[in-house]
Amino acid sequence: MARMKFLCDADRCIDCNACVTACKNENEVPWGINRRRVVTINDGKPGERSVSMACMHCTDAPCASVCPVKCIYPTEDGIVLHNKDQCIGCGYCFYACPFGAPQYPQVGNFGSRGKMDKCTYCAGGGGPEAPGSAEEYAKYGSNRFGEGKLPMCAEMCSTKSLLAGDGDIIAQLYEERVEKRGYGSGAWGWTTAYHEDVKT
Amino acid sequence: MGSAIAADEGATIADEDQVSAMTAFARICFATLLLMLLGLTAAPALAQKLAPDGAPNPTASVTNQKTLLEQAPRIQGRIDIPDVKASVLMQPMGRTWDYFYEVLLHWGGAVVIVGMVAVLALAYLIMGRLRIEAGRSGQTIVRFKAFERFSHWLTAVSFVLLGLTGLNITFGKVLLRPLVGPDLFSDISEIAKYVHNFTSFAFVTGLALITVLFFRDNLLKKVDIDWVKQGGGFIKSKHAPAGRFNLGEKMVYWLSVVAGIAVSASGFVLLFPFYGTDIADMQIAQVAHAVIAILFIALILGHIYIGTLGMEGAFEAMGTGEVDLNWAREHHDRWLAEKLEAEGRQASATPAE
Repeated sequence: MARMKFLCDADRCIDCNACVTACKNENEVPWGINRRRVVTINDGKPGERSVSMACMHCTDAPCASVCPVKCIYPTEDGIVLHNKDQCIGCGYCFYACPFGAPQYPQVGNFGSRGKMDKCTYCAGGGGPEAPGSAEEYAKYGSNRFGEGKLPMCAEMCSTKSLLAGDGDIIAQLYEERVEKRGYGSGAWGWTTAYHEDVKT
Repeated sequence: MGSAIAADEGATIADEDQVSAMTAFARICFATLLLMLLGLTAAPALAQKLAPDGAPNPTASVTNQKTLLEQAPRIQGRIDIPDVKASVLMQPMGRTWDYFYEVLLHWGGAVVIVGMVAVLALAYLIMGRLRIEAGRSGQTIVRFKAFERFSHWLTAVSFVLLGLTGLNITFGKVLLRPLVGPDLFSDISEIAKYVHNFTSFAFVTGLALITVLFFRDNLLKKVDIDWVKQGGGFIKSKHAPAGRFNLGEKMVYWLSVVAGIAVSASGFVLLFPFYGTDIADMQIAQVAHAVIAILFIALILGHIYIGTLGMEGAFEAMGTGEVDLNWAREHHDRWLAEKLEAEGRQASATPAE
């Protein structure tokens, strides 16, 4: 069974935000919700690097662990999905998430949060909706995964910095790149997300 | 370097050939020294690993995530969107908070609350209900005025609502969810979340009122030492003297005021997420809120026990507002004496008139 992961090769990321745009367009993400974002480290200084970040679909996902209604769970492909029907918008998954992935629409007074929204690996939702249905699309966005396709962000990446797919394969791709070009700043977030790192 | 400058200055009085030779020599010395000094500090940065094609390694100046996380608990950068909290690229502390919430809080909270219930059950089994020893006199005296009772019950009702809805967030998935099923449980929890958020305002109002109303009578006095020496009313052969509130009640008051303020402050941080706070502040606020709330619940369980099941004649004080004279004499003799004097009544146990 494949274990789906993301890997951002920061030495290739040019902060073009095409992944962000691709995600928003593919999933019709509402205003104010950013399932994917690009963060630039050491902006304007030597060693500046940009990293595209979304839900990493962690091993032992802390969001799933802390959820008070247990609406977040990993699929057999290691994709972390959630059921919006059960989500109460408590915001605890955001406190637990090492990558700032969960997003909430503002729905009322104070900081009142609506149903959590996050990257689904373009694999539809974790609710009762039929895979690929219009209901599923309206609530969670695209289900490319069900059609055998990878997430739109990685597919659209102009420099092939953002890699998606089976963890072993994308790790191998990255390791080969590092070997060939002689450098690499590492697989950002991997040790935190997957308790393992690429071999470079 | 000092000698090089001296040589440079001394050169002015020498002839021209010597001057140029000397200055050239001095300059070389100076430059070599400078390079050596620079080399000492900058050597690691300049030692570039080259790519196989001989090109300079572009990651040489990159600080990797391991180093960044050793320098700070989270990695933060620049972001193109207005959402400031999204500028945190990584915060592995999320996993630590997960451990606190799922392991420490669940077990710690269960031990504290179940432990408190066990202690109270044991107290009931061993001591039983503390009776009015002299029996009821049939005469009563006002202990709490209507507004004082209103303030107490406003705080009490909102506390129970907040406590139950709060405990549901932590323990509901273990205790309630298996009973009612995931869908109904999430409906209940969503309503509970809103009840919790809005009841907080009633609680803060009630807390402010009781803090002010009972402040003067809860200041520590000398009689409190005597109360402790006399066993705090738990030793039947001894009489523990007290004013309007005994030391036990004063401790409940002060602990409640402190815990109430702390739980309200941390609660409002959580109610207004990321209003000038960052992810670490939110996690700390949640930890503080949860830990204080658990201890507060344990304290109030004790308070509820002694005010209802644990002691005869105590509940009336907050129920009707009037207590029996004999109850007052046994538990708050100083207060009763002052009160009777002020009202010009005789401190007799026999029915008046």
